[in-house]
Amino acid sequence: MKIAVQREDFDLGAEVRAVSKNDKIGAVASFVGLVRDVRMTLEHYPGMTEREIGKIVDEAAKRWQVMDCTVIHRYGELAPNDQIVLVAVASAHRGDAFAACEFIMDYLKTRAPFWKKEHRAGGGTWVEARAADDQAADRWKQGER
Amino acid sequence: MKVKLLFFAALREQLGRPTEELELPTNVDTVAALLDHLRARGGEWGRVFAPNRSVRAAVNQDMVQSEARIKAGDEVAFFPPVTGG
Repeated sequence: MKIAVQREDFDLGAEVRAVSKNDKIGAVASFVGLVRDVRMTLEHYPGMTEREIGKIVDEAAKRWQVMDCTVIHRYGELAPNDQIVLVAVASAHRGDAFAACEFIMDYLKTRAPFWKKEHRAGGGTWVEARAADDQAADRWKQGER
Repeated sequence: MKVKLLFFAALREQLGRPTEELELPTNVDTVAALLDHLRARGGEWGRVFAPNRSVRAAVNQDMVQSEARIKAGDEVAFFPPVTGG
């Protein structure tokens, strides 16, 4: 398991290969989030961020078979089309890998202490949290999946 | 008792500081009481911690509700709802 909160970019191919090293692994599901439209600064709470992501990954590993997992989240200055976040989950079968990957991403959106500030002409604006993100995380509580 | 406060994102900017060491009266021993204590400073503090503003709290890097207890040496963070991912 690897959790990294970093300024630097990451290499999806290298990270997927790194979680694929056990020959019992038959599936790796990965998600990459990109900056859309506008330049932004990402702030986080060092220490708590890693802890929260660790708790989310632990919870995913209780629900599904997670044989390896990498979560990388960037902070600092980011431009449109830059990679922000990577979740890669390795499992024996795709069902567990897909579900755990989506679960980690949904919880990360509502629990990991990151804040985005968008820079448009006229100044910076802190992004407001979206109710849709809370709903995406909540559906995992209701046993819908 | 002494605690360390941390402020993030819009709260940090509005309050003009990322951290603060604070000596609290002994009756200020929950997050809710600390919020009242900070609100009573008036001005920007009253606006940032107005009851209709959505503010989240963490004690020693665990998210908590406002009834959570605080004790000497704790790290108490206040921040807006998160927007990562």
